[in-house]
Amino acid sequence: MVPWFVWAFLLTLFAGLYYGFFEAPPDYQQGESYRIMFIHVPAAWMSMFIYMIMATAGGIGLIWRIKTADLMASVSAPIGAAFTFLALVTGSLWGKPMWGTWWVWDARLTSELILLFLYLGFIALQASIEDPRNAARAGAVLAIVGVVNIPIIHYSVEWWSTLHQGATVTKLDKPSIHISMLIPLLLMAVSFKLYYAASVLMRARGEILRREQNTRWVKEIVTEDVA
Amino acid sequence: MSISEFFYMGGYALYVWSSYGLALVVLAWIFVSPIYTRKSIIKELRMKYRQQERQQESEQQET
Repeated sequence: MVPWFVWAFLLTLFAGLYYGFFEAPPDYQQGESYRIMFIHVPAAWMSMFIYMIMATAGGIGLIWRIKTADLMASVSAPIGAAFTFLALVTGSLWGKPMWGTWWVWDARLTSELILLFLYLGFIALQASIEDPRNAARAGAVLAIVGVVNIPIIHYSVEWWSTLHQGATVTKLDKPSIHISMLIPLLLMAVSFKLYYAASVLMRARGEILRREQNTRWVKEIVTEDVA
Repeated sequence: MSISEFFYMGGYALYVWSSYGLALVVLAWIFVSPIYTRKSIIKELRMKYRQQERQQESEQQET
């Protein structure tokens, strides 16, 4: 299944890059610099999307004790952290020429930074607990408590007067972004989601060996696999 | 639009291309790190199983 996701990812990625660089016109205020948004916005969406998956999977694992859910939560975390990091740094790279600063302690930027710390805290917490059951439980509680940050990130631009601009796509009335810029943005968003799916499956393949190391089938795979 | 104009990015080349470059690095890490992790898990487990076998052998010799 992984190759399918990777091919679909590449297809949407190149389509997104083509529309992003060759079809979408330069912005009338920001010139060419806004093309950073085709990475920044999808990466920021992914950072929240993956967090919600992580917290939901953690919750399912906590209530129904489903091992696969625990596995999903812990393999999602590093990918989510990577996208959060990407969103923060690309935002900074856009902020320097446009706002004149790399960073401001604005509500949107600060809450996104907290999201990165939540991911890192989740990873560190799980790594510090030997027993996978206990690690999953502790991680899930942290992830669920941290969900409170997600609406804060989303509505931060409305609740506080931030330097960060308001939503242009995810709002109830018509998106206030031109179609020529919306197409590459959505293509990149889909492409990142497919990539996440591929990566999560790849991570799960490794992690499942570690968790089931005392079973006969893992022993057979490990001793036969020459890779 | 000429190629040099394209790379110039209306004067924002440094910011635009470092963003895309970083995205490439992060996306590559997302792909490579699970492969690397899986290999190191397999290596670790193989050592563990070998150790277990050796222990079993030595226990058999003692009895």
